[in-house]
Amino acid sequence: MRRSQEPGLWALFSAGGMLAALVLPVLVAVLWIAAPLGWVELPTHANLRALIGHPLTRLVLFAVVSLALFHWAHRFRYTLYDGLQLYHLNQLIAIITYGTATVGTMVTGYALVVFP
Amino acid sequence: MPDTVTLEVQRYRPEEETGPAWQRYEVPFRPEWMVLDALNYIKDHLDGTLSYRWACRMGVCGSCGMLVNGEPVLTCATYLEELPHGSIRVEPLRGFPVIRDLIFDLTDFLNKLKRVSPWLVRKKEQPVADGEYRQTPDQLAEYKQYSMCINCMLCYSACPIYELEPEFIGPAAIALAQRYNHDSRDEGVQARMDVLSQHDGIWACTFVGECSAVCPTNVDPAAAIQRYKLSATLDWVKSTVLPWGKR
Ligand code: SF4
Repeated sequence: MRRSQEPGLWALFSAGGMLAALVLPVLVAVLWIAAPLGWVELPTHANLRALIGHPLTRLVLFAVVSLALFHWAHRFRYTLYDGLQLYHLNQLIAIITYGTATVGTMVTGYALVVFP
Repeated sequence: MPDTVTLEVQRYRPEEETGPAWQRYEVPFRPEWMVLDALNYIKDHLDGTLSYRWACRMGVCGSCGMLVNGEPVLTCATYLEELPHGSIRVEPLRGFPVIRDLIFDLTDFLNKLKRVSPWLVRKKEQPVADGEYRQTPDQLAEYKQYSMCINCMLCYSACPIYELEPEFIGPAAIALAQRYNHDSRDEGVQARMDVLSQHDGIWACTFVGECSAVCPTNVDPAAAIQRYKLSATLDWVKSTVLPWGKR
């Protein structure tokens, strides 16, 4: 990995980590704890459809999913690289991990655009 | 309360042994004793050939760092009483070449430290007649935490990356670079950035955080590195992504 790419990859990694840390606990608390316990009313299917119909929601979803994927890619790359000490596979690992995140980002983008 | 405690000490005398060997010593157990007091007892009463570094006995000089039961600690700040009873294992800090017994070689760190210009870099010194470079308490607070480093090397010994990638410049060198970067009198930020924005600078760090967990003076090198990563990323954005940026 050339040096010039490291700050960019780290920026995606840390942005993904921060977004996931902000968004996921709220989602879990609302949908998996508060709603089943009856503290809040579960949104109906129609509510959620209306919510996702809004372009801003799609933009936020796109950011959360793609950045979380890049967060995973960076973490997993170093888990393989340092954790399993696969130094000689550095290039291949980078291509697979960031490649997966890139493909996931494109699929997410496509899905959010074509979803009615 | 036991009367004595056994210290298992790693020995290495290059003229006698080809590799590290263990030696057991039985020393009196005193609740007010630190591990270093037990080593000094050995040196004074049992075996004058045991070699180790120490000086101040009060956590300031940073020279008595060792692995005690596998943990990097200052031996002058670790009570015998705090350790599980039974025998206590004392080894040189992990990750460094051993010179003799508990004494390890610091050359690698000293060379790395030099690379980050750990002093106030000035393009031009102001004339002495102009007086001191003044600083407000807030400006002092910006870097004071990083200036508490006593070069004890516990953070290098705790860092798994330093062990795996010996080229990594390491926690204390980065914290010390930050000590000067955040000093209002310093003008060396860019020179240090050029060294530390390489892979063997900050980017080898994967934020394990053990350095900050073992640091006896709460320098928090892990935070210093994360803060530097942010600065380096902003610097990178300015110089490569924004076409009107510098360079
Ligand atoms: S940063 Fe802390 S642990 Fe590392 S050398 Fe300095 S004082 Fe020791």
